[in-house]
Amino acid sequence: MPRGDARVKLQKNTQLALYSVLEFAADPMRHIAAATIAEKYGVSQHHLAKVLSELARAGVVESVRGVGGGYRFAGNLRRLTLMDIIRLFEPDGLGTEAEPTPSGNTPVDLALDTVLSEIDQFARATFSSITLATMLRLMQRQQKAQSPAVTAARA
Amino acid sequence: MLFRPACLSSNNRAIVRAPTPRPATGPKPARRAARSATDEAVAVRPVRRGDLDQVIALDATVTGLEKQSYWRAVYRRYGAGLHEHRHFLVAVAGKRIVGFLIGEVRDWEFGSPPCGWVFAIDVMPEARQAGIGTQLLQAVCTLFRREGVRKVRTMLSNDNTLILSFFRSQGMMAGSLIPLEMDLD
Repeated sequence: MPRGDARVKLQKNTQLALYSVLEFAADPMRHIAAATIAEKYGVSQHHLAKVLSELARAGVVESVRGVGGGYRFAGNLRRLTLMDIIRLFEPDGLGTEAEPTPSGNTPVDLALDTVLSEIDQFARATFSSITLATMLRLMQRQQKAQSPAVTAARA
Repeated sequence: MLFRPACLSSNNRAIVRAPTPRPATGPKPARRAARSATDEAVAVRPVRRGDLDQVIALDATVTGLEKQSYWRAVYRRYGAGLHEHRHFLVAVAGKRIVGFLIGEVRDWEFGSPPCGWVFAIDVMPEARQAGIGTQLLQAVCTLFRREGVRKVRTMLSNDNTLILSFFRSQGMMAGSLIPLEMDLD
């Protein structure tokens, strides 16, 4: 789950969708049972089913019936961005950790609104420019960077 | 600001834009189209004066504006290999210019040690998704490395998701500089 110091707060379903999509995207030909993902991320299958159903409705994943069934990736790794997934679950926009501002029209309200909009704009630009393919490469780099440290710690 | 994004269109957006709305899912027609547009091997080399008309046409295709005098000035400043640390590269398939990139090493600007800046990149719309942008970027990075810099930067409009995605796919992340601007009355 996201680090505690992250500024942008994604809803739980959005986080779960991102984790699930990246699981599927890492090996697009592989079928993964919903139960496997639910267990890995410690969520109920019922909760995950709603998320996967939304992803399937959007054509990001497709369900595979029969033995060894489950879901598999159905999108385009080089085109689908994090924002495309986020938008499915947060159509009203990104939330931030800041408390909602009073809906007044005082100079303070308006100035604060300007500042929060700036943050929102950068967050959107970031999520919109990171494709799943880029995200998978980033994950690989993180894994490589961690490997020597893990090896050193074990030695 | 000393760094000036030289290739801005009239509406102040970076030079490269999405050619078509991006489908969120589905098959991958772009790569097939790109192959047919660049069946010949693509080579990257410094621009020559004789390339300018094709570069201008490519830019006009993307931005909708033909900027003859602007490009001739860019060529004088960056082309022909006359200027140390300034690079104007083109990607060529046969005799066809299918992309270009302009970049340079800037020293101690924005409080930063010398680093490479990429301030214009464009690939012919029908030749995209075939690795030409990657070839251009790798070529300029090789030149930057030879010139002793270890960091490359760029800057573009935050709604230019196509090119933001391209640079991110190459490993670029948000850096330590924050662009600021204001309207002058």
